[in-house]
This record gives sequence, structure tokens and C-alpha cells, in this order.
Amino acid sequence: MINFQYVRASTVAEAVNLKAANPAAKFIAGGTNLIDLMKEHVERPSQLIDISRLPLRRIEQTADGGVRIGAMVPNTDLAYHPLIEAHYPILSSAVMAGASQQLRNMASVGGNLMQRTRCAYFYDTATPCNKREPYSGCSAIGGQTRGHAILGASESCIATYPSDMSVALAALDARVLVTGPSGERTIPVSDFHRLPGDQPHLDNNLGPAEIITAVELPPRGFATHYSYLKIRDRLSYAFALVSVAAALEMDGDTVKEARLALGGVAHKPWRDIRAEAVLHGNVANEASFRTAADVVLREARPHTHNAFKVELARRAIVRTLTQAARGTPQSQSNKKIA
Amino acid sequence: MVEKQPQSSKPQSAKTVTADPFAPPDRLAVALVVNGVARRVDVAPWTSLLDALRDHLGLTGTKKGCDHGQCGACTVLVDGRRINSCLTLAVMQDGAEVTTIEGLANDGALHPLQQAFIEHDAFQCGYCSPGQICSAAGLIAEGRARSADEIRELMSGNICRCGAYPNIVAAIQQVIGQS
Repeated sequence: MINFQYVRASTVAEAVNLKAANPAAKFIAGGTNLIDLMKEHVERPSQLIDISRLPLRRIEQTADGGVRIGAMVPNTDLAYHPLIEAHYPILSSAVMAGASQQLRNMASVGGNLMQRTRCAYFYDTATPCNKREPYSGCSAIGGQTRGHAILGASESCIATYPSDMSVALAALDARVLVTGPSGERTIPVSDFHRLPGDQPHLDNNLGPAEIITAVELPPRGFATHYSYLKIRDRLSYAFALVSVAAALEMDGDTVKEARLALGGVAHKPWRDIRAEAVLHGNVANEASFRTAADVVLREARPHTHNAFKVELARRAIVRTLTQAARGTPQSQSNKKIA
Repeated sequence: MVEKQPQSSKPQSAKTVTADPFAPPDRLAVALVVNGVARRVDVAPWTSLLDALRDHLGLTGTKKGCDHGQCGACTVLVDGRRINSCLTLAVMQDGAEVTTIEGLANDGALHPLQQAFIEHDAFQCGYCSPGQICSAAGLIAEGRARSADEIRELMSGNICRCGAYPNIVAAIQQVIGQS
């Protein structure tokens, strides 16, 4: 492990001030990703600012009928909260599809948004990586690319963003509440994470001294017609090769409203509003789902070892939309795909 | 959700952080209640809870497997919840109640999970067993698992390379059935 100083913040303002005073500091909440990266010498903060005891652990209804989730709420508490289970079951399902129960007990909602790619070259400090060392090169391109991005990647980085929770948040149109030196602001979750472009060291649009304080869900939870399907190399406790969050509002057999987002395929949760538009007003059947999948994947650019992801994603989209339309969401315990 | 209040034994570093990023850190005083006993350790900031338990408190029942949160051998209960003790800093747990495998037995009587693991032969080499058993205790406290599928899914953070999984599930199912 590396040498660093430890300090505990007791208010959001104190946390922001500490971070503003030391650009080489990092916030730590659950620690499940950051401590691992520090053991690997990928992250080398000079100071850890412990924000885990900030009073940001509530889940409460908002005036507009939505829900505000404090940034320090553990993932398990989010997934098991009665409001979330009843009104936003796709979020519970996605959270339970990620990590292990021990990690979900530790990991915070804010930290889940901040988690970094599991690209093996990002972890391997003996190889160049534009995300770890800006402008040093990308070892994944031309390397082992089985787990890498097929959408929105660049010549600088083809890493994927690993969160399951955020894929459901993208489908739900959630907002991220942040506080920084110049006050508070709200970022739509679809604009929170970035595409790699030529600056893949920037995972997201959070300012250097900004802190996530909450995530807000709009009132619509799609609790009747939803599914989160995660395809991975083992049935539990593995990152997604492809995951799909599908949420529908149905009028008989007709799709009134559709939300579609993918995980494991890009540098951010990949919501596609063009594909959603294809579904609006159409009959929910395999043909329309296939058309939507084709829209999502028409700009897919696979690499040497991940061309299978394009067809896998196509089939997963059709399957997940079918599960959502039928009202038979994917179980995260019994892994049989209905 | 119970809010964790800042503890009276606030780490000294909160007052002594300097501008020099290369200055050696102070040792930090951390108060823990481990298996019902109040303990105090002086640790470096980077000391994991796992290393504090094993190397500072001599509680070597909790095992270090991967040290990266991937195997579950280091699972302990903190304030009643199962976590990977390798991925949290001891100083972050200041004031917490920690239960390790050494704290499960009650006055010499094995915890029902320990007894069930013996009855079902739910281990071979035994290295993962403390983590499996602490994890199962957390699972039972959560109250979410009934079926074998649910047990398997919610125990997926504990790897057993001897492959004792069917017997582990059977042992846990027996204890859930008793509760």
C-alpha cells in the first residue's frame, strides 16, 4: 500500500474545502474500488478524505413524487428499500446483479457512480494506459479486447464502465446532485459519465472539488414492465459482458413509453433515445424489438476479440424487452433466462 | 438506517494533516469492540481492518485470501453486516462493533452455523470456512434467502476452491430452517 494521510470530514462543506485544498486527495466512502486500486498502485492519493460518515444516508420521497437517495446509502440498503422495491424495481434488480453482498453492504451509491473501469491494462501499471497515465497510449487496442467497448469508444480508450446500478439509473432518467466550491448543481445521469474521446483519464464531468450528495429519481418508476438482464462469464459476482435495462409503459400490446440502456458495452451507461423512439407507439413484438436493437447497434465497432458482443447485445436487447413487455422481469437469484 | 455518529476517539490525523504530501503519517488510535470486547489499536492509515484484526489483535481466524475483495475469506460482521475486511481501512471503522469467527461461539457452544458446517462436511481445506460462516451469519440476519438459489446467489462473494458448495448450501439451509 502507498503512503497517504487520512482525514475525516464531518460536513459536506468541510469535505469540499479539504478536496479544494489538495488536488492530490481522494474522497473515500465504501472504499471497495479505491482501496483495491491503491493496493495495485493505480490510484496514489496523497490524502484520503473519509466522507463515509457524512449525513447522506437517507432515502426519502421528494415533493414532485420522486425519490432522493443520499450518496452514502449502501447499495444493499438501496436495493432493499421499500420505496425502491415497490416503485423502482429495475433499480433494485440492477444493484443486486452487481458485485457480492459483502461489497454491496460497503459500497455507496455515490461511489458506485464513481467506480472505475476494470480494464486489465488500466490495472497493470507495467503497460501504457491513457486512462491511468494521460497520453501514454492504449494497450487494449491491439491487445486482449474480449471485455471491451463496442460503442462510443475512441482511438485513445476502449474501456467499459462497469456499474450495473448506473445502467438502471440511466433508464430511469435519474439526476446526480453535486456540491462544489461554487455551490450545488444537478447533472442528468446520462451526462454524468463521459465518452473517452482523447481524454479518457476523465471518467465523468464532476469537478475536481465537487462531491456527489444524492441521486434523484423522477416519479415514473416503470414498476410493471421492466427487466434487467446481465450476461457474464459466470452466473454471479462477475462484471457484465453485456447488460440491458428495459423499462416500458404499455397500453395493451402497444408501447406508450420505452427506456433502453446497456451496460458493459461503452465508457458510460449506454442509453439510446433513438432506439426508444422506434418503440414508441409500436406493437411490442419481436420485430419491433429487433428494429430497436438494430438502431442501438448500427454504429457498433467491435475489436479483435469482442465481435460476439454485437450479436450478444442484439439478442439481449430483444430478450430484455420481451421480459419487460410480458411483465416477467429477470430474476437475479434463479438465473434461468425466461 | 442508523446514522453512524463520529466517535469520541476521533483520529488524530484530523487535526494534524500537513501540507507536505510526503510526510510520514501519524499512527492513528482506533477503538473497536471486537467480539464484545473493547479494543484499541494504533495503526497506520493504510492498515486494513483485516490486518488490524490479524496482526494487531492476534485474531487470525479471519483469513487473508486474495486481499482484493474477490474471495470473501476475510468476511467479518461490522455492526451486524457482513463486509470484506480487506477493503476497508481500520481507521474508517473507528467505533464499530466487529464480530469475527472467534466471536460466534457462545460460551464454548458452537454457533449453529459452525455445528451445521461440521454436520454437513461443508469444507475440505477449511481456509475459506471462517469467511463462509461469517458471511452466512450475515445472510441469515438479512433475512432475504430461503431457497437454495437465493442462498447460492447471496453467498457468491465467498469462493471455495475445494468446491464444497453443495454442502455449504445444505448447512446454511439447515440453519435457516431452524431459525
